Amino acid sequence: MKQINFTLNGKPISLELHGQESLLTIIRTYLEQTGTKYGCGIGECGACTVLIDKEPVRSCMTLAEDIEGKEIISIEGLSVDGELHPIQEAFISHDALQCGFCTSGMIMNAYGFLLQNPNPSREKIVFGMESNLCRCGAYNRIVDAIETAGKEMPKNVKL
Amino acid sequence: MKSVIKNETAYSRRRFIKNLGGGVVVVFCLGEMSFSSLFAQDGQPIEELDFNAYLRVKEDGRVDCFTGKIEMGQGIITSLAQIVAEELEVSIYDVDMIMGDTELCPYDAGTWGSLTTRFTDPVLRAAAAEAREVLLDLAAEHFGLNKTSLQVIEGVISVKNDSSKKIAYAELTKGKKIVRSLTKKPELKKAKDFKLIGKPIRSLDAEAKVTGKAKYSADIILPGMVYATIVRPEVFGSKKVKVEASKLSDFAGVQLIEKGNLVAVVHTDPEVSKRAANSIQVTWEAPVAKANQETIFQYLEDTIQDNKVFEKEGSLSFGKEVSTIYREATYQDGYKAHASIETHVATCYFEGDKVTIWASTQSPFGTRASVAKALEMPLEKVHVKQIFLGGGFGGKSNSQQSVEAATIAKLCGKPVQLVWSRKEEFMYDNFRTAAVVKVAGGTDNNGKLKVWDFNIYCAGTRGTELFYAIPNKRIRSFNQGGVHQFGTGAWRAPGNNTTTFARESHIDVMAHAAGINPLDFRLNNLQNKEMIETLRLAAQTFGYDKEKKPGHGYGIALGQDAGTLVAMIAEVFVEKATGKVQPLRIVCAQDMGQVVNPHGAILQTEGGITMGIGYALYEEIEFNGGEMKTTNFNRYEITRFSKTPKIECVFIDKMDAKPQGGGEPAIICVGAAIANAVFDACGARVYRMPITSERILAALK
Repeated sequence: MKQINFTLNGKPISLELHGQESLLTIIRTYLEQTGTKYGCGIGECGACTVLIDKEPVRSCMTLAEDIEGKEIISIEGLSVDGELHPIQEAFISHDALQCGFCTSGMIMNAYGFLLQNPNPSREKIVFGMESNLCRCGAYNRIVDAIETAGKEMPKNVKL
Repeated sequence: MKSVIKNETAYSRRRFIKNLGGGVVVVFCLGEMSFSSLFAQDGQPIEELDFNAYLRVKEDGRVDCFTGKIEMGQGIITSLAQIVAEELEVSIYDVDMIMGDTELCPYDAGTWGSLTTRFTDPVLRAAAAEAREVLLDLAAEHFGLNKTSLQVIEGVISVKNDSSKKIAYAELTKGKKIVRSLTKKPELKKAKDFKLIGKPIRSLDAEAKVTGKAKYSADIILPGMVYATIVRPEVFGSKKVKVEASKLSDFAGVQLIEKGNLVAVVHTDPEVSKRAANSIQVTWEAPVAKANQETIFQYLEDTIQDNKVFEKEGSLSFGKEVSTIYREATYQDGYKAHASIETHVATCYFEGDKVTIWASTQSPFGTRASVAKALEMPLEKVHVKQIFLGGGFGGKSNSQQSVEAATIAKLCGKPVQLVWSRKEEFMYDNFRTAAVVKVAGGTDNNGKLKVWDFNIYCAGTRGTELFYAIPNKRIRSFNQGGVHQFGTGAWRAPGNNTTTFARESHIDVMAHAAGINPLDFRLNNLQNKEMIETLRLAAQTFGYDKEKKPGHGYGIALGQDAGTLVAMIAEVFVEKATGKVQPLRIVCAQDMGQVVNPHGAILQTEGGITMGIGYALYEEIEFNGGEMKTTNFNRYEITRFSKTPKIECVFIDKMDAKPQGGGEPAIICVGAAIANAVFDACGARVYRMPITSERILAALK
């Protein structure tokens, strides 16, 4: 067991861990932030996507020993004081979700993508989001939402 | 059916009467699901009624709408609130949906079959209209005026020619306890008076879902809860022979649970639970494999002898005789997974002899019954709570995970969470069945269909009634219990995806053989006027007569499901050298009766089409006997962003008609529309779904 230190949504965290635990378990079970979802456990679906130092990663494939000193953001960290982030607003206004289970991962992946690619084209969005899966079939609306948010974000980037 | 419902409702009825709070409550009965039978129980006391949903105008003026249905992404949390708000004349934001709680909500068999809008809507509208009348009666008494001189706006009743005289629902219901049952048909609003029905309403649960606050079954964290991991065999249907668990001593705090074939471990840390389970060696006795994904079709044809004639008219031999063009073909479709992104989950705890469960289930009352039966408990000792589902598509109709979780909780004496891994999901899903359809068709010189012989293995007859005018026809369904080597079940429009693929592919084959374009061929042979109108709307919206670019193809498919007629036209591009298909555009026209929430209906249609691209082009379970080779998304390709075409949905305007199904219908046409478009693009006729690049290349050889 060793002490692992990181921040989750701006809050400093220090946990006694073996090092082989997945970041998904840390976030969902140890820290009880359940907005991040388990979908496949092998990084294929993207439901567990969070940001580490502003890069989208699959938390199910990330080990505790690799998050020392990192800044982690999960879906719970996106809206501040109840005010929704432009990506969340855009997902609502385009109704870019149905069952909502992939939504946290979609939004976090979109956030990381938009930080690197301000105001992207639709083709670029599709490429950037390709490895996140949605079984309900909201893809086209998700692209619409990210396009809208991409126009809003440069004016209003938070992090 | 009726008596089953009676038994099931007995408990919730008693509880409802007991727990009834203040306000105005309307109960109503679903009976055998026909609208007229709702009102057949005139004069019966409430205690005797089989009510199936109810609503309450609370003392604060807000409205609780109770339904046994669940929300899994299909949007009824929005559309049901919409129709209640419409008839009750309140803001949609003042309606609280209480769904799928077996102690608060009345009995419902399950959320499937695109039934909610068709059968729950009319009942809820009637109840809301009745509640409005009760409130108007109370207001009339309050003002000492006739009811006809009053009006309701946003939950406030006022005197028509003196708006200073007004009273809110909240004031009218305060301190009162009024129960009304529907004994006569209340006056429902006409389409011209609708303020909400027919208007696009965005999903009311979107904010909860974009913030991560929406709770699914695995998001329930209970004090002292342990996480269960079940040790599974590699082959479905295996029997446990021996358990070797000596290495468990390496894991402090782990508890081994054994009951019959169930071998599981629990621990307060899910990571430890998983590692501990991996340390256990179980010897299993596996059933002998009978077929794999390649041999299954011949196996089904050879094994199944029993058949039922579903539709028959004229003489097949005469029809064949008068046909100048006659074509036979065999269409095949492999097993498909539901592949909801949320796996099966149950979280539960015992308090004394009573268990409370949050489960990803399309049938909370089915879960209650299954758990009660498995654990030999009375129904009232099992409480299934309201929770969001991360997708269902028919796949969450059974209750296996809840029975497992409750069994483990009882044995270990702690609250338990069981989250199936994706591998378990691919083993214990009730797959869309593999199926074969053997078709023969014939036309005369004018391209008029004269004969149709349609033999379905395993896919059933849902939606197969012919809407083409064919004088000599036979539709038969071949099926047999125990023929599959793992679980099969309903998959978004059960069977209809497969049979529509076979019928509409073969119609296309006949059209090309007759040298007539597939649109004209269909219009020439259709007998159903509504279908003709729906097809014309699709063709017009699509621009079917527009010239195609090289390598592009158009494909039409027609179908019917859950009372809705579907006409779909797809445009694809096929790269001939590689057989790669890119879906470019899909137009879907539907005659679905009254469209309650056009926005929600579009979401469902788009979703069905997007999901359908997957089964048409990629999805196929690989297996040998009960051993699944497909264990995760790396070997089960579903539709992705880049494969989603531009989608356009158009609905026939029928606001005064009854609403029909919306969740399932569109998906049934995707397979054939894509298959026919692929043929149009490159000349490859693929008779087996998914229509993979390899199969396209093989067909081109």
